[in-house]
Amino acid sequence: MTIAVNPSQTGEPVFYLADEHPHPEGYSTSLGFWIYLMSDCLIFAMLFAAFGVLGANYAAGPAPKDLFDLDLVAVNTSMLLLSSITYGFAMLTMQQNKIAQTQMWLAITGLFGAAFIGIELTEFAHMIHEGATPQRSAFLSAFFTLVGTHGLHVSCGLIWLVTLMVQVWKFGLIEANRRRLMCLSMFWHFLDVVWIGVFTFIYLLGVLR
Amino acid sequence: MNTDTHAAHADDHHHGDGHAHGTFSTYLLGFVLSVVLTAIPFWLVMSGALPSKQITALVIMAFAVVQIVVHMIYFLHMTTKSENGWSMMALIFTIVMVVIALSGSLWVMNHLNSNMMPIHQMSGMK
Repeated sequence: MTIAVNPSQTGEPVFYLADEHPHPEGYSTSLGFWIYLMSDCLIFAMLFAAFGVLGANYAAGPAPKDLFDLDLVAVNTSMLLLSSITYGFAMLTMQQNKIAQTQMWLAITGLFGAAFIGIELTEFAHMIHEGATPQRSAFLSAFFTLVGTHGLHVSCGLIWLVTLMVQVWKFGLIEANRRRLMCLSMFWHFLDVVWIGVFTFIYLLGVLR
Repeated sequence: MNTDTHAAHADDHHHGDGHAHGTFSTYLLGFVLSVVLTAIPFWLVMSGALPSKQITALVIMAFAVVQIVVHMIYFLHMTTKSENGWSMMALIFTIVMVVIALSGSLWVMNHLNSNMMPIHQMSGMK
């Protein structure tokens, strides 16, 4: 941050700016979006804290060991990880101005993301079918809230992804679309970071307990 | 080498967004590292290779921390330079908040649990 000191007409220094000097559109978007992600991080931290406190209160109901299928979680984790790298490829092709390839990588990312959501919903449906509903115990309430919030974020990311694909299809890789794609890139990779916490602390440590 | 860093620096200023971009090789390296850092904890838990559960828990938590750092560097392109250091400031602030909130909640609630006396013990105390 530099504070410009403009000499006034009388030659005396003026210690403020009458108007902020103009910035190009979207100048501060990436920092602002990063701060949003950090606040989102706090939401997830609170949900992790709730799970940490309540995660062992089974109320004589099913425990993680009875419910979690680590093979399925491993498949789910790889879906999200693959979607992260394919989004990275979309960003690289975007920088090279290759619209068709960018769209292709975005579509592949979307498919991996949709597969992730599909597997997660199947898991939830299976658990609820077995009677392990969010109402069953404090552990299950905390589990469904945390993993569900993450899944909801990924679903929103998918809607955003499709929206941007339509934008790119209609307007091409214009400056605004590049900025939007960069924000979604941060969002998508951030969700993968949160998932590292989920599969480690909820699934792996849960089964270990 | 010196001219190289200077050129990169000048380039950054030219773009003005201060946002680092990855290359194909950094993305691929990040991906390979993540796969390894994910596969090992899953294998440790599923096979029970380590003798005690406590050691396994500590090891997989360490892997998670390392993988989060890998994602930050290779996928989110975090550097101390991005946005003139403001992203790093926001990140450090968030980490401080998260550590206080998480460790505080777990500590206080754990204390509460261990100080609550089960009812059957209470009836025995006269």
